[in-house]
Amino acid sequence: MPKTLYDKIWDAHVVHEDDNGTCLLYIDRHLVHEVTSPQAFEGLRMTGRRVRAPEKTIAVPDHNVPTTPDRAQGIENEESRIQVEALDQNAREFGVNYYPVSDIRQGIVHIVGPEQGWTLPGMTVVCGDSHTATHGAFGALAHGIGTSEVEHVLATQTLIQKKSKNMKVEITGSLRPGVTAKDITLSVIGATGTAGGTGYVIEYCGQAIEELSMEGRMTVCNMAIEGGARAGLIAPDEKTFQYVQGRPHAPKGAQWDAALAWWKTLKSDPDAVWDKVVTLRGEDIAPVVTWGTSPEDVLPITATVPDPESFTGGKVEAARRALDYMGLTPGQKLTDIEIDTVFIGSCTNGRIEDLRAAAAVLKGKKIAVKRAMVVPGSGLVRAQAEEEGLAQIFIDAGFEWRLAGCSMCLAMNPDQLSPGERCAATSNRNFEGRQGRGGRTHLMSPAMAAAAALTGRLTDIREVMAEPA
Amino acid sequence: MEKFTPLTGISAPMPLVNIDTDMIIPKQFLKTIQRSGLGKNLFDEMRYTQDGREIPEFVLNQPAYRNAQILIAGDNFGCGSSREHAPWALADFGIKVIISTSFADIFYGNCFKNGMLPIVLPQDQVDILMEDARKGENARIAIDLESQTVTSADGQVFTFEIDAFKKHCLLNGLDDIALTLEKVSAIDSFETMAAQARPWV
Repeated sequence: MPKTLYDKIWDAHVVHEDDNGTCLLYIDRHLVHEVTSPQAFEGLRMTGRRVRAPEKTIAVPDHNVPTTPDRAQGIENEESRIQVEALDQNAREFGVNYYPVSDIRQGIVHIVGPEQGWTLPGMTVVCGDSHTATHGAFGALAHGIGTSEVEHVLATQTLIQKKSKNMKVEITGSLRPGVTAKDITLSVIGATGTAGGTGYVIEYCGQAIEELSMEGRMTVCNMAIEGGARAGLIAPDEKTFQYVQGRPHAPKGAQWDAALAWWKTLKSDPDAVWDKVVTLRGEDIAPVVTWGTSPEDVLPITATVPDPESFTGGKVEAARRALDYMGLTPGQKLTDIEIDTVFIGSCTNGRIEDLRAAAAVLKGKKIAVKRAMVVPGSGLVRAQAEEEGLAQIFIDAGFEWRLAGCSMCLAMNPDQLSPGERCAATSNRNFEGRQGRGGRTHLMSPAMAAAAALTGRLTDIREVMAEPA
Repeated sequence: MEKFTPLTGISAPMPLVNIDTDMIIPKQFLKTIQRSGLGKNLFDEMRYTQDGREIPEFVLNQPAYRNAQILIAGDNFGCGSSREHAPWALADFGIKVIISTSFADIFYGNCFKNGMLPIVLPQDQVDILMEDARKGENARIAIDLESQTVTSADGQVFTFEIDAFKKHCLLNGLDDIALTLEKVSAIDSFETMAAQARPWV
């Protein structure tokens, strides 16, 4: 029977299947951060259980950590400090792999995993974090889990799962200049809605996906969860193998050859059956921004704020509420929306390529917003950006150059918006209060966020690109 | 985990679509290292002003709904982050059942780990239950997991689908980890096989 990539990875990890189709699925990599793990480790302690496979468990603090240069002096917020200290202690006590705040390899868990070669094609990867979908870019089955499941994986290295349905999202042709992976993933959510993927694992394919770098593919898969999908996947290819080869935890020598031979089989069969298919033309995708408080509230930058009455069902009231929260009026041009703050970073867009794209727009120019910050996704991304001269471009433009962490994507650390403060953000969620109570978030690509920083309003990157340097 | 027993209770109407986990429990309350005590911060930013006063219009602040055990919610409830703090906060407040046309995947699974029952029903049935909910204490809804039914205030019976394994665990208050550890020999054999087939993992 022909199989999808998801079918193949699933089949390779089934430990046991019950009569009713409930499976025990083996987990190859378990990523852990400080927010969703303390209760799970405590559960192990209370029941006298151990971590079954500490060598397959990787922990790193990222959500709570300050990103200011003085963070070596410790975390001021007591609750945050206790949570990070709990991870320090749990990692030591249970003997899992650990990158503490002081380690240059520390960063956002979904950036550290691939960077260190923990994430490999064909693996099952879980983490108590919905953006675990990121790792699907390697052709790994990767998804978020709750804390009870974190405890389950720690204790058994398995998860109780039912198989999802197969959905294919094909992006045909090539992207136009100024259009990025972020615009693809937001446009897909715009087309399907935030519940469009519920019950499915998505495989992204097509020429535009193949033409993306690994960084871009991670951006696309990262937001699969925003479309409601259990996971997003991209079949591994030469780009994937090149990215993986030589990383600290990637296989070497004969093991590399054996791994590569299997990885090359990891693609959907041509006659595989899909439960749902969505196709977008790459040429039709524009640089987009969100206007509301759900990632599905997305439009090309050339559009105007929609009228809530143009929607149907419960979305009418939701859109009305969103416009009220966002302080916007129907018919207003998106490019007329003035912004206060720019945030470049997160597991969606905190990788080196994202910083390069933003720096290319900012080079030799000055920002026109109250504040702007770049938060690299890991200490190693930060070091590389400094080496490439990107850090200086950001600093010269007026950006704050921060240390690695989740930062203002979810504002658990001191990096927060004030009520009414409007932010152009490269992160993944524009929910009410996400970046700080009353804060207003517009999601977009790093280049678009950089362009907005220069003009002080939402800006079409293509206009900036057209200007003489 | 507590067993899920038949329930007749007050339901609170929350018709908004896409209620996300940031709304259910904002991030400042994720800094806890405990599971308990989150109920007072459930829907915090919708429920309280910035200086901590109750917003009287918010449904759970209204006298009729302070003891609600059931939520009737708009489409795609629980979307967003994987934080189990969301079901912890709902459970700590006293919510045992949430009824909607659809739930986000991770939130849906998290509910069962905490003895809570999320129920998916078609729009027209959710609409009827939403009307019941708007009537407050006068219109109680009955939930029976064994027979997989929801009974509206005026006696209409709606049946719902639920995975047989999840139902079994909820009815019997079973701990997933203990169940899985009964299959430890299968996990051992899988690891031996996988170490041969994919030694690089």
